[in-house]
Amino acid sequence: MSFSNKTLQLDDEQRLLHFLTIDGLDRATLTEILDTAEGFTGVSERTIKKVPLCRGKVVANLFFETSTRTRTTFELAAKRLSADVLNLNISASATSKGETLLDTLRNLEAMHVDMFIVRHASSGTAHFIAQHADRGVGVINAGDGRHAHPTQAMLDMFTIRRHKGEFAGLRVAIVGDVLHSRVARSQILALNTLGVSEVRAVAPRTLLPSDARSLGVHVYHNMEEGIWDVDVIIMLRLQKERMQGALLPSEHEYFSLYGLTEKRLALADSEAIVMHPGPINRGVEMDSQVADGSKSVILQQVSYGIAIRMAVISKVIGTQNLRMQEVAG
Amino acid sequence: MRKKKDISILGGRVIDPANGIDEITDLHIAGGKILCLGSPPREFQATLTIDAKEQVVCPGLIDLNANLREPGAEHKATIASETQAAASGGITTICCTPDTYPVIDTPAVVGQIRHKARKAGYCRLLPQGALTQALKGDRLSEMAALKAAGCIAVTNAYTPLANTLVQRRAMEYASTFNLLIILRPEDHYLSNNGCVHEGKVADRLGLPGIPEAAETVAVARDLALAETTGAVIHFHALSSASAARTMAWAKREGRRVSADVAIHQLHLSETDIEGFDSNHHVRPPLRNDSDRNGLRDAVAKNVIQAICSDHQPHEADAKASPFPDTEPGISGLETLLPLTLKLVDQGVLELSDAIARLTCGPADILGLRMGRLTPNHPADICIFDPRHRWIVDKEKLLSAGKNTPFTGWEMPARVTHTLLKGRLVYSQNTHEENAT
Amino acid sequence: MNNRKMYMDANEVRPLVDVMADKVHSLLNSRGITDPLMIGIRTGGVWLAEILHNQLQLDDPLGTLDISFYRDDFTRIGMNPEVHPSDLPIPVDDRHIILVDDVLHTGRTIRAALNEIFDYGRPASIILATLVDRSGRELPIQPDVVGLHPELEQNQHITLIGPEPLGLVIGTKTNRRSRSDEQG
Repeated sequence: MSFSNKTLQLDDEQRLLHFLTIDGLDRATLTEILDTAEGFTGVSERTIKKVPLCRGKVVANLFFETSTRTRTTFELAAKRLSADVLNLNISASATSKGETLLDTLRNLEAMHVDMFIVRHASSGTAHFIAQHADRGVGVINAGDGRHAHPTQAMLDMFTIRRHKGEFAGLRVAIVGDVLHSRVARSQILALNTLGVSEVRAVAPRTLLPSDARSLGVHVYHNMEEGIWDVDVIIMLRLQKERMQGALLPSEHEYFSLYGLTEKRLALADSEAIVMHPGPINRGVEMDSQVADGSKSVILQQVSYGIAIRMAVISKVIGTQNLRMQEVAG
Repeated sequence: MRKKKDISILGGRVIDPANGIDEITDLHIAGGKILCLGSPPREFQATLTIDAKEQVVCPGLIDLNANLREPGAEHKATIASETQAAASGGITTICCTPDTYPVIDTPAVVGQIRHKARKAGYCRLLPQGALTQALKGDRLSEMAALKAAGCIAVTNAYTPLANTLVQRRAMEYASTFNLLIILRPEDHYLSNNGCVHEGKVADRLGLPGIPEAAETVAVARDLALAETTGAVIHFHALSSASAARTMAWAKREGRRVSADVAIHQLHLSETDIEGFDSNHHVRPPLRNDSDRNGLRDAVAKNVIQAICSDHQPHEADAKASPFPDTEPGISGLETLLPLTLKLVDQGVLELSDAIARLTCGPADILGLRMGRLTPNHPADICIFDPRHRWIVDKEKLLSAGKNTPFTGWEMPARVTHTLLKGRLVYSQNTHEENAT
Repeated sequence: MNNRKMYMDANEVRPLVDVMADKVHSLLNSRGITDPLMIGIRTGGVWLAEILHNQLQLDDPLGTLDISFYRDDFTRIGMNPEVHPSDLPIPVDDRHIILVDDVLHTGRTIRAALNEIFDYGRPASIILATLVDRSGRELPIQPDVVGLHPELEQNQHITLIGPEPLGLVIGTKTNRRSRSDEQG
């Protein structure tokens, strides 16, 4: 994979042409994204919450799956860079009329869109769009199937770095439905690339991939052992339909085994932080006391999401500009 | 009807695995049938001679499994386009699959298909009939009528039966008429909308997986049902080493069962789907290296007696979507022989065994005395240049389906002539002249 | 840049900064400004501003601007891989600002800095203090306080190195524009 990701995502000088997956990106690139985001954090606190970096650029939010929060943070990020934003909820319009994904893409390109931010239920969609997009058009993956959600992973890394300073020596537990989670896949890649000392996946076997260890995690089926002494706990969202698919007997049993309670949280490092990509199912993944408690950094994750997305959008637009210039020159 | 030419194919290396022949000699054809090898009778006078020096002369290939898309999906391919592509790949007989629109579940559709194939004239078509009506898996098709209309076997194609009781009864009913049942062994529920092999690559790319057990469970179930019902079954497109091992056991036990494998399963594996190239989206999915090696071994040991193209031509749109949303399949007719010969290059197979898996192997599975150069048999012949290396270019495929993952691969050999019932249906030179 | 040569070392630069401090001081007096806010432009401007801030004994903390997000050549050179956040700890609204940079050349950096400051608020006034004012202006921007007016060829390039010791180096620009040499 690394080969094709590298050629698709990066130009010859390792600059981001698209942002599709963490897979194939090195530590320097991830660190650079975090550093750039650090520069953007101040923008949200100013009177005028805007910088002129992407003025005159058109960014299309191409969401084939509804997601208010992710779409909104991408929209805010693009607007704070002074780009114009088109929001397209395709699930309702084009595909139901039989228009193919490629048709939709071509139509938008005819409107001179400079960037596609894509969310889709099928793994590989962002890759597909990046392969077919016009030269000069950047693609950012806002979640494709179970595959990747790289901006979410980067905002989580940003949150961890803000609280822990560095990644070396950290132990991180990811708890819950790793099997269906694009967030977990991207987080695992990012954490390992940034050099944490251990990533743990804590879940029953029905919610783990067939060969979870090959992803680069230590597998735990017991929550108490899994979060013992860790510095970061990332709780994943549990979809209701997992009960229908015979993956779990009930929310009740899931919470009794894997729910994060104050009592269990005490097993982690005393300075541990608790994260969740949201939205939280209170009483299923974690207790309200934990979600709203002092160790929870869930709301910070949301606000850091804007800075991370500003960093990624501006980097990709910048590299695509360069590319067009090289063609012209 | 045109008078059939009497033909002499001179100086080729004639390989006829069924008859144990591998020698440089001449082959003579009269009245559309094989006349003899070596010197012809004194009165014989060829009206056409083919110089086959430095070339291999073998029986025309029999492809056990190809979807020709007609009727119903002519935007993908037609019987005319695909049988012409088959001829250029040395294939003289195709067992086409019933998953068309309408499904091949009535004699009328069988008649229509056979008529179109005769009209095109490139290839012999032996249709597979549907095992259940409209392949829906609940009501039996009129198998006796299908057999009478010319169906060589019955199958539910790529829609495995979910209901084991229906499967049992279908097998019993088919065996009443000595109809071969072709089964794509796949447990309906375990497949669970997967699109790739459940393994490391699927884990990483987040693609829904089809576990190996979906195949092995079905193989075990179907073998048990075959024993209960006395049906003769054939497993199509094995994809796992474990299923191949079960086949080896079944053969040792003397079960009446056979198996084939799609040629791409012997060359590709799950790592080829990295980068989400939809041309590698196939069903059953590409599994891991040890599965590929296990399948190669089973082919070498004749546990798997036939290699097929599993030809699934598609229009460009069918593959122009995110990976899981694309239609599975490879346009494989034209690479069947060269990719099989590549296995000879790689030391997996002896040349005569490779040819056997494409000729007498599939013929024996079908219970037909075909795929051999026996005198008085129809002269279905393939002549290929075993040293003509070429690079696959999807745009140059004759098939209407350009969906091949083998673009850019070097092929070790190329078909120069194909004869169907003693008639030249493909010649590299004429093709090249026509093309220019 | 090729042929970088030391133009002035710390012993020569430091007196220029002292001169700047004096000039700023008298300018503030003449305008009746008692509580200015100082902002340095990354990176050379911040080094100078730290010295000036100290010498003028200003009460409010020093602000720093990183104009990466305001550069007008973003579409030509892409994102600077090393971006630091701007840090203006005190609101700029209705304040008198001393903006400090190392070299005033085309005027584009100052244009970007002014834009950025106005995105933080509406200052009462801005005084521009630069160590070097050289020829080659492309925008109608002029400094209020200058340490040095060197005679330079068009293709020559002057840069402040530092922070300790400070120095001015001169090089000859190569044809290909590099990332760091764009705006002045």
